[in-house]
Amino acid sequence: MARKHKRNIVPFGPQHPVLPEPIHLDLVLDDEKVVGVIPSVGFIHRGLEGLVDKRDFKEMVYVAERTCGICSFQHGMGYCEAVEQIMDIEVPPRAKYLRTIWGETSRLHSHLLWLGLMADAFGFESLFYQCWRIREKILDLIELSTGGRVIFSVNQIGGVLKDMDAEMLKHFLDVLAEAETEVREIQKTFMLDYTVQSRTVGVGVMTKRQIHACGSVGPFARASGFKVDMRKLGYEAYPDLDFEPVISNDGDCYARCDVRIREIFQSIDLIRQAAAKIPDSELAAKVKGNPDGECFARIEQPRGEAIYYVRGTGKKFVNRMRIRTPTFANLPGLCEMLKNADYADVPLMILTIDPCISCTER
Amino acid sequence: MAKVKKSPWLLHYDGSSCNGCDIETLACLTPVYDAERFGVVNTGDPLQADIFLITGGINTQNRSVVEQLYQQMPRPKVVVAVGTCACTGGIFKDCYNILGGADKVIPVDIYVPGCAARPQAIIDGIIQAVDLFQKRSDEHEQKKKGAANGGHH
Repeated sequence: MARKHKRNIVPFGPQHPVLPEPIHLDLVLDDEKVVGVIPSVGFIHRGLEGLVDKRDFKEMVYVAERTCGICSFQHGMGYCEAVEQIMDIEVPPRAKYLRTIWGETSRLHSHLLWLGLMADAFGFESLFYQCWRIREKILDLIELSTGGRVIFSVNQIGGVLKDMDAEMLKHFLDVLAEAETEVREIQKTFMLDYTVQSRTVGVGVMTKRQIHACGSVGPFARASGFKVDMRKLGYEAYPDLDFEPVISNDGDCYARCDVRIREIFQSIDLIRQAAAKIPDSELAAKVKGNPDGECFARIEQPRGEAIYYVRGTGKKFVNRMRIRTPTFANLPGLCEMLKNADYADVPLMILTIDPCISCTER
Repeated sequence: MAKVKKSPWLLHYDGSSCNGCDIETLACLTPVYDAERFGVVNTGDPLQADIFLITGGINTQNRSVVEQLYQQMPRPKVVVAVGTCACTGGIFKDCYNILGGADKVIPVDIYVPGCAARPQAIIDGIIQAVDLFQKRSDEHEQKKKGAANGGHH
Protein backbone atom coordinates (compact mmCIF):
# COMPACT_ATOMS: atom_id res chain seq x y z
CA MET A 1 0.00 0.00 0.00
CA ALA A 2 1.43 3.34 -1.00
CA ARG A 3 2.17 5.64 1.90
CA LYS A 4 -0.02 8.68 1.97
CA HIS A 5 2.05 11.80 1.58
CA LYS A 6 1.34 14.46 4.10
CA ARG A 7 2.98 17.84 4.15
CA ASN A 8 4.09 19.42 7.38
CA ILE A 9 5.00 22.99 8.16
CA VAL A 10 7.93 23.42 10.52
CA PRO A 11 8.61 26.89 11.88
CA PHE A 12 12.27 27.96 11.86
CA GLY A 13 13.12 30.91 14.09
CA PRO A 14 12.78 33.75 15.01
CA GLN A 15 14.86 32.55 17.95
CA HIS A 16 17.09 29.69 16.79
CA PRO A 17 20.45 28.45 18.14
CA VAL A 18 22.22 28.73 14.79
CA LEU A 19 21.03 32.26 14.05
CA PRO A 20 22.47 35.21 15.91
CA GLU A 21 19.64 37.26 14.45
CA PRO A 22 15.90 36.68 14.20
CA ILE A 23 14.35 35.62 10.91
CA HIS A 24 11.30 33.44 10.62
CA LEU A 25 10.91 30.81 7.90
CA ASP A 26 7.98 28.45 7.51
CA LEU A 27 9.47 25.30 6.00
CA VAL A 28 6.99 23.12 4.12
CA LEU A 29 8.27 19.57 4.49
CA ASP A 30 7.42 16.43 2.57
CA ASP A 31 8.97 13.77 4.78
CA GLU A 32 12.57 14.99 5.23
CA LYS A 33 12.64 17.13 2.07
CA VAL A 34 11.90 20.83 2.02
CA VAL A 35 9.39 21.59 -0.73
CA GLY A 36 8.55 25.18 0.03
CA VAL A 37 9.80 28.12 2.07
CA ILE A 38 7.76 31.09 3.26
CA PRO A 39 9.93 33.77 4.85
CA SER A 40 8.47 36.39 7.15
CA VAL A 41 10.57 39.33 8.20
CA GLY A 42 10.12 42.41 10.36
CA PHE A 43 11.43 41.33 13.76
CA ILE A 44 14.21 43.92 13.68
CA HIS A 45 12.45 46.57 11.67
CA ARG A 46 13.28 49.94 13.22
CA GLY A 47 12.33 52.28 10.42
CA LEU A 48 15.62 54.16 10.36
CA GLU A 49 14.97 55.50 6.88
CA GLY A 50 12.15 57.50 8.47
CA LEU A 51 14.67 59.30 10.68
CA VAL A 52 15.51 61.65 7.77
CA ASP A 53 12.74 63.92 9.07
CA LYS A 54 14.41 64.25 12.45
CA ARG A 55 18.16 64.20 11.72
CA ASP A 56 19.85 66.53 9.28
CA PHE A 57 21.89 65.18 6.38
CA LYS A 58 25.20 65.30 8.29
CA GLU A 59 23.82 63.51 11.34
CA MET A 60 22.27 60.86 9.09
CA VAL A 61 25.81 59.45 8.52
CA TYR A 62 25.71 58.08 12.07
CA VAL A 63 22.24 56.64 11.57
CA ALA A 64 23.28 55.02 8.27
CA GLU A 65 26.27 53.46 10.05
CA ARG A 66 23.91 51.81 12.50
CA THR A 67 21.99 50.03 9.74
CA CYS A 68 24.20 47.08 10.52
CA GLY A 69 27.01 46.57 13.01
CA ILE A 70 29.04 44.24 10.79
CA CYS A 71 29.35 46.40 7.67
CA SER A 72 28.80 49.62 9.59
CA PHE A 73 31.67 51.51 7.96
CA GLN A 74 30.57 50.66 4.43
CA HIS A 75 26.98 51.74 5.12
CA GLY A 76 28.23 55.15 6.22
CA MET A 77 30.51 55.29 3.18
CA GLY A 78 27.66 54.48 0.76
CA TYR A 79 25.44 57.19 2.21
CA CYS A 80 28.29 59.73 2.13
CA GLU A 81 29.02 58.87 -1.51
CA ALA A 82 25.41 59.45 -2.52
CA VAL A 83 25.31 62.86 -0.79
CA GLU A 84 28.75 63.81 -2.16
CA GLN A 85 27.62 63.05 -5.70
CA ILE A 86 24.49 65.19 -5.27
CA MET A 87 26.49 68.11 -3.86
CA ASP A 88 29.38 67.68 -6.31
CA ILE A 89 32.01 67.34 -3.62
CA GLU A 90 35.43 66.07 -4.69
CA VAL A 91 36.74 63.86 -1.87
CA PRO A 92 40.51 64.40 -1.26
CA PRO A 93 42.63 61.46 -2.52
CA ARG A 94 44.01 60.53 0.91
CA ALA A 95 40.48 60.26 2.28
CA LYS A 96 39.58 57.96 -0.62
CA TYR A 97 42.50 55.67 0.16
CA LEU A 98 41.73 55.66 3.87
CA ARG A 99 38.12 54.75 3.13
CA THR A 100 39.33 51.90 0.94
CA ILE A 101 41.66 50.60 3.65
CA TRP A 102 38.99 50.72 6.36
CA GLY A 103 36.41 49.28 3.96
CA GLU A 104 38.61 46.29 3.19
CA THR A 105 39.47 45.86 6.87
CA SER A 106 35.78 45.61 7.67
CA ARG A 107 35.37 43.08 4.84
CA LEU A 108 38.13 41.03 6.47
CA HIS A 109 36.44 41.03 9.86
CA SER A 110 33.06 40.25 8.32
CA HIS A 111 34.36 37.27 6.33
CA LEU A 112 36.26 35.87 9.32
CA LEU A 113 33.11 36.26 11.41
CA TRP A 114 31.15 34.35 8.78
CA LEU A 115 33.75 31.58 8.57
CA GLY A 116 33.48 31.15 12.33
CA LEU A 117 29.68 30.95 12.25
CA MET A 118 29.94 28.49 9.36
CA ALA A 119 32.28 26.25 11.39
CA ASP A 120 29.86 26.50 14.31
CA ALA A 121 26.94 25.52 12.04
CA PHE A 122 28.56 22.23 11.06
CA GLY A 123 29.58 21.64 14.66
CA PHE A 124 33.33 22.31 14.50
CA GLU A 125 33.66 24.43 17.62
CA SER A 126 37.44 24.75 17.82
CA LEU A 127 37.58 25.97 14.22
CA PHE A 128 34.93 28.57 15.12
CA TYR A 129 37.16 29.78 17.96
CA GLN A 130 40.22 29.90 15.69
CA CYS A 131 38.42 32.11 13.16
CA TRP A 132 37.24 34.48 15.86
CA ARG A 133 40.71 34.60 17.39
CA ILE A 134 42.13 35.84 14.07
CA ARG A 135 39.21 38.25 13.76
CA GLU A 136 40.13 39.84 17.10
CA LYS A 137 43.49 40.87 15.60
CA ILE A 138 41.66 42.71 12.82
CA LEU A 139 39.34 44.35 15.37
CA ASP A 140 42.39 45.47 17.38
CA LEU A 141 43.71 47.18 14.23
CA ILE A 142 40.39 48.95 13.75
CA GLU A 143 40.34 50.01 17.40
CA LEU A 144 43.91 51.28 17.20
CA SER A 145 43.26 53.42 14.14
CA THR A 146 39.74 54.68 14.86
CA GLY A 147 38.93 54.15 18.54
CA GLY A 148 35.91 51.90 17.93
CA ARG A 149 35.68 48.16 17.53
CA VAL A 150 32.61 47.39 15.46
CA ILE A 151 30.98 50.78 14.97
CA PHE A 152 33.75 53.25 14.24
CA SER A 153 32.29 56.48 12.95
CA VAL A 154 35.15 57.88 10.88
CA ASN A 155 33.13 58.90 7.84
CA GLN A 156 31.84 62.37 7.26
CA ILE A 157 30.33 64.04 4.23
CA GLY A 158 33.34 65.11 2.15
CA GLY A 159 35.97 62.82 3.62
CA VAL A 160 37.08 61.09 6.79
CA LEU A 161 37.59 62.24 10.38
CA LYS A 162 40.84 60.46 11.26
CA ASP A 163 44.22 59.91 9.67
CA MET A 164 46.74 57.08 9.77
CA ASP A 165 50.46 57.87 9.93
CA ALA A 166 53.22 55.80 8.30
CA GLU A 167 53.93 53.92 11.52
CA MET A 168 50.28 52.90 11.86
CA LEU A 169 50.18 51.71 8.24
CA LYS A 170 53.30 49.63 8.80
CA HIS A 171 51.71 48.09 11.89
CA PHE A 172 48.62 47.31 9.78
CA LEU A 173 50.73 45.45 7.23
CA ASP A 174 52.67 43.53 9.90
CA VAL A 175 49.52 42.30 11.62
CA LEU A 176 47.87 41.46 8.30
CA ALA A 177 50.89 39.39 7.24
CA GLU A 178 50.56 37.46 10.50
CA ALA A 179 46.81 37.02 9.98
CA GLU A 180 47.39 35.85 6.41
CA THR A 181 49.58 32.91 7.47
CA GLU A 182 47.00 31.95 10.08
CA VAL A 183 44.14 32.09 7.57
CA ARG A 184 46.18 29.83 5.25
CA GLU A 185 46.25 27.30 8.08
CA ILE A 186 42.48 27.32 8.62
CA GLN A 187 41.91 27.36 4.85
CA LYS A 188 43.34 23.82 4.76
CA THR A 189 40.71 22.62 7.24
CA PHE A 190 37.81 24.32 5.45
CA MET A 191 38.85 23.15 2.00
CA LEU A 192 40.54 19.77 2.50
CA ASP A 193 39.05 18.19 5.62
CA TYR A 194 37.00 15.13 4.72
CA THR A 195 34.31 15.69 7.37
CA VAL A 196 33.86 19.35 6.47
CA GLN A 197 33.65 18.48 2.78
CA SER A 198 30.92 15.94 3.47
CA ARG A 199 28.73 18.76 4.81
CA THR A 200 29.46 21.31 2.08
CA VAL A 201 30.29 19.66 -1.27
CA GLY A 202 27.24 19.40 -3.52
CA VAL A 203 24.90 20.93 -0.92
CA GLY A 204 22.65 23.78 -1.99
CA VAL A 205 23.74 24.00 -5.63
CA MET A 206 22.66 27.16 -7.46
CA THR A 207 23.24 27.34 -11.21
CA LYS A 208 24.31 30.54 -12.93
CA ARG A 209 20.87 30.73 -14.56
CA GLN A 210 19.08 30.47 -11.20
CA ILE A 211 21.35 33.15 -9.71
CA HIS A 212 20.53 35.46 -12.60
CA ALA A 213 16.80 34.80 -12.34
CA CYS A 214 16.76 35.48 -8.58
CA GLY A 215 18.90 38.60 -8.87
CA SER A 216 21.42 37.41 -6.29
CA VAL A 217 24.51 39.46 -5.49
CA GLY A 218 27.89 39.26 -3.82
CA PRO A 219 29.87 36.12 -2.96
CA PHE A 220 26.64 34.09 -3.29
CA ALA A 221 26.47 35.04 -6.98
CA ARG A 222 30.23 34.87 -7.54
CA ALA A 223 30.33 31.29 -6.22
CA SER A 224 28.08 30.29 -9.13
CA GLY A 225 30.37 31.84 -11.71
CA PHE A 226 28.62 35.19 -11.92
CA LYS A 227 31.35 37.78 -12.30
CA VAL A 228 29.79 40.73 -10.55
CA ASP A 229 31.71 43.03 -8.24
CA MET A 230 30.70 46.66 -7.66
CA ARG A 231 34.26 47.60 -6.75
CA LYS A 232 34.98 47.35 -10.48
CA LEU A 233 32.68 50.38 -10.96
CA GLY A 234 35.58 52.41 -9.61
CA TYR A 235 34.48 54.26 -6.53
CA GLU A 236 36.94 55.50 -3.88
CA ALA A 237 40.51 54.29 -4.60
CA TYR A 238 39.55 51.07 -6.40
CA PRO A 239 40.36 52.32 -9.95
CA ASP A 240 44.03 52.64 -8.89
CA LEU A 241 44.21 49.15 -7.45
CA ASP A 242 44.80 45.96 -9.34
CA PHE A 243 42.35 43.13 -8.64
CA GLU A 244 40.00 40.67 -10.29
CA PRO A 245 36.65 39.49 -8.80
CA VAL A 246 37.03 36.10 -7.10
CA ILE A 247 34.75 33.53 -8.71
CA SER A 248 34.06 29.83 -8.55
CA ASN A 249 31.87 27.71 -10.80
CA ASP A 250 30.45 24.99 -8.57
CA GLY A 251 27.69 27.02 -6.90
CA ASP A 252 27.48 24.84 -3.79
CA CYS A 253 28.19 25.59 -0.11
CA TYR A 254 31.82 24.55 -0.63
CA ALA A 255 32.26 27.08 -3.45
CA ARG A 256 30.75 29.88 -1.35
CA CYS A 257 33.17 29.08 1.44
CA ASP A 258 36.05 28.97 -1.05
CA VAL A 259 35.11 32.36 -2.57
CA ARG A 260 34.96 34.05 0.83
CA ILE A 261 38.30 32.62 1.97
CA ARG A 262 39.98 33.77 -1.25
CA GLU A 263 38.37 37.20 -0.79
CA ILE A 264 40.13 37.45 2.56
CA PHE A 265 43.48 37.18 0.75
CA GLN A 266 42.24 39.60 -1.90
CA SER A 267 41.32 42.17 0.78
CA ILE A 268 44.73 41.83 2.43
CA ASP A 269 46.35 42.35 -0.98
CA LEU A 270 44.18 45.44 -1.67
CA ILE A 271 45.16 46.97 1.69
CA ARG A 272 48.83 46.35 0.83
CA GLN A 273 48.46 48.06 -2.53
CA ALA A 274 46.56 51.00 -1.02
CA ALA A 275 49.10 51.43 1.77
CA ALA A 276 51.93 51.52 -0.77
CA LYS A 277 50.25 54.13 -2.96
CA ILE A 278 48.52 56.36 -0.41
CA PRO A 279 49.02 60.04 -1.35
CA ASP A 280 49.28 63.05 0.96
CA SER A 281 46.40 65.48 1.02
CA GLU A 282 43.72 66.97 3.23
CA LEU A 283 41.30 64.61 4.95
CA ALA A 284 38.00 66.26 4.08
CA ALA A 285 36.63 68.72 1.55
CA LYS A 286 34.58 71.68 2.73
CA VAL A 287 30.82 71.21 2.59
CA LYS A 288 28.71 74.23 1.66
CA GLY A 289 24.94 74.38 1.39
CA ASN A 290 22.46 71.53 1.45
CA PRO A 291 21.91 68.62 -0.96
CA ASP A 292 19.56 69.43 -3.81
CA GLY A 293 18.88 66.60 -6.23
CA GLU A 294 18.84 62.83 -6.18
CA CYS A 295 21.41 60.10 -6.61
CA PHE A 296 21.99 56.35 -6.57
CA ALA A 297 25.30 55.11 -5.17
CA ARG A 298 26.30 51.46 -5.53
CA ILE A 299 29.00 49.87 -3.44
CA GLU A 300 30.25 46.33 -2.82
CA GLN A 301 29.74 45.27 0.76
CA PRO A 302 31.04 42.01 2.28
CA ARG A 303 27.66 40.47 1.44
CA GLY A 304 27.26 41.99 -2.01
CA GLU A 305 25.95 45.02 -3.80
CA ALA A 306 24.23 47.70 -1.73
CA ILE A 307 22.36 50.63 -3.27
CA TYR A 308 21.86 53.98 -1.56
CA TYR A 309 19.27 56.39 -2.83
CA VAL A 310 19.17 59.93 -1.46
CA ARG A 311 16.87 62.75 -2.56
CA GLY A 312 17.37 66.26 -1.23
CA THR A 313 15.34 69.40 -1.88
CA GLY A 314 17.88 72.03 -0.84
CA LYS A 315 16.87 71.81 2.80
CA LYS A 316 18.87 70.69 5.82
CA PHE A 317 16.78 67.52 6.06
CA VAL A 318 16.90 65.26 3.02
CA ASN A 319 13.58 64.28 1.56
CA ARG A 320 14.15 60.53 1.22
CA MET A 321 16.85 57.99 2.00
CA ARG A 322 16.56 54.40 0.87
CA ILE A 323 18.94 51.47 1.17
CA ARG A 324 18.70 48.26 -0.86
CA THR A 325 20.81 45.81 1.08
CA PRO A 326 22.56 42.67 -0.24
CA THR A 327 20.74 40.16 1.97
CA PHE A 328 17.40 41.50 0.76
CA ALA A 329 18.52 40.76 -2.80
CA ASN A 330 19.68 37.27 -1.78
CA LEU A 331 16.44 36.16 -0.07
CA PRO A 332 14.69 34.99 -3.30
CA GLY A 333 17.85 33.00 -4.10
CA LEU A 334 17.77 31.48 -0.61
CA CYS A 335 14.15 30.34 -0.99
CA GLU A 336 15.01 28.82 -4.38
CA MET A 337 18.06 27.05 -2.92
CA LEU A 338 16.14 25.57 0.03
CA LYS A 339 13.66 23.77 -2.23
CA ASN A 340 14.44 20.03 -2.38
CA ALA A 341 17.01 20.39 0.38
CA ASP A 342 17.31 17.98 3.28
CA TYR A 343 15.83 19.42 6.45
CA ALA A 344 19.10 18.84 8.33
CA ASP A 345 21.03 21.00 5.83
CA VAL A 346 18.72 24.02 6.17
CA PRO A 347 20.66 25.92 8.90
CA LEU A 348 23.95 25.53 7.01
CA MET A 349 22.42 26.62 3.72
CA ILE A 350 20.83 29.69 5.28
CA LEU A 351 24.22 30.59 6.67
CA THR A 352 26.01 30.32 3.31
CA ILE A 353 24.25 33.39 1.90
CA ASP A 354 25.77 35.23 4.91
CA PRO A 355 22.42 36.64 6.04
CA CYS A 356 22.44 40.03 7.70
CA ILE A 357 18.92 40.54 8.94
CA SER A 358 19.59 43.93 10.52
CA CYS A 359 20.49 45.32 7.09
CA THR A 360 17.51 43.68 5.45
CA GLU A 361 14.90 45.02 7.83
CA ARG A 362 16.61 48.25 8.89
CA MET B 1 32.65 37.95 42.65
CA ALA B 2 31.77 35.45 45.37
CA LYS B 3 32.20 31.72 44.98
CA VAL B 4 29.73 30.47 42.41
CA LYS B 5 27.75 27.40 43.38
CA LYS B 6 25.85 26.97 40.13
CA SER B 7 26.75 27.55 36.48
CA PRO B 8 24.12 29.84 35.02
CA TRP B 9 23.29 29.37 31.33
CA LEU B 10 22.99 32.35 29.01
CA LEU B 11 20.30 32.97 26.45
CA HIS B 12 21.03 35.68 23.91
CA TYR B 13 18.29 37.26 21.80
CA ASP B 14 18.63 40.07 19.30
CA GLY B 15 15.69 42.41 19.82
CA SER B 16 16.04 45.03 17.12
CA SER B 17 19.70 45.89 17.40
CA CYS B 18 22.02 46.77 14.53
CA ASN B 19 24.13 43.62 15.14
CA GLY B 20 26.95 45.60 16.72
CA CYS B 21 26.11 44.51 20.26
CA ASP B 22 25.25 40.97 19.09
CA ILE B 23 28.64 40.27 17.62
CA GLU B 24 30.29 41.85 20.66
CA THR B 25 28.22 39.55 22.89
CA LEU B 26 29.32 36.60 20.78
CA ALA B 27 32.92 37.83 20.89
CA CYS B 28 32.67 37.79 24.71
CA LEU B 29 32.04 34.06 24.61
CA THR B 30 35.05 33.30 22.37
CA PRO B 31 38.58 32.68 23.75
CA VAL B 32 39.97 36.23 23.73
CA TYR B 33 37.41 37.56 26.23
CA ASP B 34 36.12 34.16 27.33
CA ALA B 35 33.12 34.90 29.55
CA GLU B 36 32.84 31.15 30.11
CA ARG B 37 35.62 31.35 32.70
CA PHE B 38 33.01 32.86 35.05
CA GLY B 39 31.02 29.67 34.88
CA VAL B 40 28.42 30.67 32.29
CA VAL B 41 27.55 28.69 29.16
CA ASN B 42 25.81 30.00 26.06
CA THR B 43 22.63 28.14 25.12
CA GLY B 44 20.00 28.55 22.44
CA ASP B 45 17.22 27.07 24.53
CA PRO B 46 15.13 29.40 26.75
CA LEU B 47 13.83 26.43 28.77
CA GLN B 48 17.33 25.84 30.15
CA ALA B 49 18.50 29.44 30.45
CA ASP B 50 19.04 31.43 33.64
CA ILE B 51 20.40 34.74 32.36
CA PHE B 52 18.72 36.53 29.46
CA LEU B 53 20.98 38.86 27.45
CA ILE B 54 18.90 41.10 25.25
CA THR B 55 20.32 43.50 22.67
CA GLY B 56 18.39 46.15 20.80
CA GLY B 57 15.11 47.89 21.49
CA ILE B 58 11.58 46.52 21.40
CA ASN B 59 9.41 46.97 18.33
CA THR B 60 5.82 46.03 17.64
CA GLN B 61 6.67 42.70 16.05
CA ASN B 62 9.30 41.30 18.42
CA ARG B 63 7.42 42.34 21.56
CA SER B 64 5.57 39.02 21.88
CA VAL B 65 8.75 37.03 21.08
CA VAL B 66 10.68 38.73 23.91
CA GLU B 67 7.80 38.25 26.34
CA GLN B 68 7.51 34.57 25.40
CA LEU B 69 11.23 33.91 25.77
CA TYR B 70 11.19 35.53 29.21
CA GLN B 71 8.17 33.50 30.32
CA GLN B 72 9.70 30.25 29.08
CA MET B 73 12.78 30.68 31.26
CA PRO B 74 12.59 28.88 34.62
CA ARG B 75 12.66 30.87 37.87
CA PRO B 76 14.87 32.45 39.20
CA LYS B 77 16.03 34.49 36.22
CA VAL B 78 18.08 37.59 35.53
CA VAL B 79 17.77 39.97 32.57
CA VAL B 80 20.71 41.98 31.21
CA ALA B 81 20.04 44.74 28.67
CA VAL B 82 23.17 45.05 26.50
CA GLY B 83 23.78 48.30 24.62
CA THR B 84 22.16 51.70 24.58
CA CYS B 85 19.28 50.52 22.37
CA ALA B 86 18.26 47.82 24.86
CA CYS B 87 18.57 50.31 27.72
CA THR B 88 16.55 53.20 26.29
CA GLY B 89 15.97 52.75 22.56
CA GLY B 90 19.18 54.65 21.80
CA ILE B 91 19.70 56.24 18.40
CA PHE B 92 16.48 54.62 17.17
CA LYS B 93 14.32 56.02 19.97
CA ASP B 94 12.60 58.43 17.58
CA CYS B 95 11.90 55.76 14.93
CA TYR B 96 8.22 55.10 14.33
CA ASN B 97 8.48 51.38 14.97
CA ILE B 98 10.47 51.40 18.22
CA LEU B 99 8.58 51.22 21.51
CA GLY B 100 11.68 51.81 23.65
CA GLY B 101 14.15 49.81 25.70
CA ALA B 102 13.76 46.19 26.82
CA ASP B 103 12.28 47.34 30.14
CA LYS B 104 9.07 48.31 28.31
CA VAL B 105 8.03 44.64 28.24
CA ILE B 106 10.16 42.66 30.70
CA PRO B 107 11.80 43.60 34.02
CA VAL B 108 15.49 44.43 33.41
CA ASP B 109 17.98 43.94 36.24
CA ILE B 110 21.27 45.12 34.75
CA TYR B 111 21.88 47.81 32.16
CA VAL B 112 25.09 47.71 30.07
CA PRO B 113 25.63 51.02 28.23
CA GLY B 114 27.59 51.62 25.01
CA CYS B 115 27.03 51.86 21.27
CA ALA B 116 28.21 49.25 20.55
CA ALA B 117 28.73 47.96 24.12
CA ARG B 118 32.37 46.98 24.61
CA PRO B 119 33.21 43.36 25.54
CA GLN B 120 34.68 44.54 28.85
CA ALA B 121 31.39 46.23 29.73
CA ILE B 122 29.38 43.17 28.68
CA ILE B 123 31.59 40.90 30.81
CA ASP B 124 31.08 43.26 33.76
CA GLY B 125 27.32 42.98 33.20
CA ILE B 126 27.53 39.18 33.04
CA ILE B 127 29.52 39.02 36.31
CA GLN B 128 26.92 41.19 38.06
CA ALA B 129 24.20 38.98 36.62
CA VAL B 130 25.93 35.83 37.93
CA ASP B 131 26.09 37.35 41.43
CA LEU B 132 22.46 38.42 41.28
CA PHE B 133 21.44 34.99 40.02
CA GLN B 134 23.29 33.36 42.92
CA LYS B 135 21.46 35.63 45.39
CA ARG B 136 18.10 34.94 43.82
CA SER B 137 18.60 31.22 43.65
CA ASP B 138 19.60 31.17 47.37
CA GLU B 139 16.39 33.06 48.18
CA HIS B 140 14.44 30.66 46.00
CA GLU B 141 15.91 27.67 47.89
CA GLN B 142 15.08 29.28 51.24
CA LYS B 143 11.51 29.88 50.14
CA LYS B 144 11.15 26.29 48.95
CA LYS B 145 12.55 24.99 52.26
CA GLY B 146 10.23 27.28 54.20
CA ALA B 147 7.23 26.05 52.22
CA ALA B 148 8.26 22.41 52.76
CA ASN B 149 8.67 22.92 56.52
CA GLY B 150 5.40 24.86 56.73
CA GLY B 151 3.59 22.03 54.98
CA HIS B 152 5.03 19.43 57.38
CA HIS B 153 3.81 21.06 60.59
